[in-house]
Amino acid sequence: MEAERIHGLLREKFGNAIEQGVGAGDWPVVTVDGASLAGIGRLLRDDPSLDFDCLSNLSGVDRKNDDLIEVWYHLFSYGKRHQVALRATTPRPDPVLPTVSHLWPIADWLERECWDLLGVRFVEHPDLRRLLMPEDWVGHPLRKDFVEPDEYHGISTRRESLLKL
Amino acid sequence: MSTAIDIDLHREGPGGLETEEMTLNMGPQHPSTHGVLRFVVKADGEVMRRAIPDIGYLHRSIEKIAEKVGYHGFMPYTDRVDYVSAMQCNQGWAMACEKLAGIEVPRRGEYCRVIACEFGRIASHLISVGATSMDIGAITPFTHAIREREYINDILEELCGARLTFNYMRIGGCAWDLPPGFARRAIAYLDRFEPLIDEYNELISFNKIYVERLANVAPVSRERAIAWNLVGPNLRGSGVPYDVRRDVPYSAYPDFEFDVPFGTGERGTLGDCYDRYMVRMREMKESCRILRQAIEGIPPGPVVAKVPRTFKPAAGAVYTRVEGSRGDMGWFVVSDGTAFPARVHIRTGSFAAMAAIEELSQGLMIADLVAVIASLDIVAPEVDR
Repeated sequence: MEAERIHGLLREKFGNAIEQGVGAGDWPVVTVDGASLAGIGRLLRDDPSLDFDCLSNLSGVDRKNDDLIEVWYHLFSYGKRHQVALRATTPRPDPVLPTVSHLWPIADWLERECWDLLGVRFVEHPDLRRLLMPEDWVGHPLRKDFVEPDEYHGISTRRESLLKL
Repeated sequence: MSTAIDIDLHREGPGGLETEEMTLNMGPQHPSTHGVLRFVVKADGEVMRRAIPDIGYLHRSIEKIAEKVGYHGFMPYTDRVDYVSAMQCNQGWAMACEKLAGIEVPRRGEYCRVIACEFGRIASHLISVGATSMDIGAITPFTHAIREREYINDILEELCGARLTFNYMRIGGCAWDLPPGFARRAIAYLDRFEPLIDEYNELISFNKIYVERLANVAPVSRERAIAWNLVGPNLRGSGVPYDVRRDVPYSAYPDFEFDVPFGTGERGTLGDCYDRYMVRMREMKESCRILRQAIEGIPPGPVVAKVPRTFKPAAGAVYTRVEGSRGDMGWFVVSDGTAFPARVHIRTGSFAAMAAIEELSQGLMIADLVAVIASLDIVAPEVDR
């Protein structure tokens, strides 16, 4: 299905939760309201004409200058061979989005990764723990203002430049 | 005086044989876990209730590094994302940048990329099938596979000077043209290698013990494979004939004729370990086919487009997919118009495969866990990045 029709279907169902206009590119971008994300995801997955059975990717982006965190969902349909990217934004000081891990099981780990590295809280995620960083790590390293700690458990993260030795 | 212990061995629970769940730790340094990864196995005797993957031991913050080193400078780091088949990582990154900036790669450059990537794919699949046999107890086939892979390393070394972390591609093409005599030596190697695939099949693939260890173990249905976002040979093993090279054509792949092998449950259940294994064996043959066509039909011309040294693509976001050895590899790159990417996210095949293990391992024997890891072809650095 063409991106415009997918967008039209979503607008019909969710009204102003879907922003007008479709971003160009081979993955047409639909900007959505984060609060309705779970409902939008369910429609995209379960409607037989849409049939988005695969969450190909979920990425968080820190947009510090706009004080926002952006989360992208790249959806793909193996049956229909069409694709769409959803973009949801959430305020940077307290980023919260509903989980989609009950719709696509791979979202379980992708959301954990996003929480770990960018600090986005996915509400009703069954097990929102850190995935890549150690459990006792402080902060979210892919935030633009993340400052690497001087040491971790007594192991220094700094060293003298070789040129100065 | 001794008292007889009154236990009914045939009854479980009070008065009978008490069983309790046992927690075993596997890794992070277990030799057959394909890199540094760890499983917490909840077992009831020899049967696993589940194996919980614990990852992050090889997390080198490659995505954060990308934000610091700029577009050209990130190319050598992409080799380290999946060091078993670095060429496709090179290509994924280059393609994402080219899409951001609207650069067209010269035809000869595309052909060089295909040649490099397909050699890389054969090398990676050799490691995979060799390691599968070693993990389930057959040591010798691994040495046969490694021997052939060494020749491919020689060929790629001739091409770019490195045997493992190639740094061969550039934004806009490739770093070097094919060296003199390359075509002759590559064809000579293919002539030698292709019959060996049949030999491997006779040595291991059709061996009864080997089949018994893989067939019917951890089958993944078509629906579950898609829901878990399994990609590449793992997805095709479950009977979904989907290959990015054919279905979302990129680079020079539309010029070549090749088949996409997929699992049919030939020795057991559809999507079992054996199907995934056989898809890789057959893909090596297809790669040979592509290589012969590419080497024969390579057009003349430059291999790299003119790209400014200060690479500043316009603000925007792209998501590109390439068919890596472990399947559909997604590169999400966000540019804010400066010389440094605002965000790079790499979605890899092993990441999804690793996430699926917890579900797949339920009810399996502990000894089969290594067979599952091997048949999913998990490479730890690709999971953690």
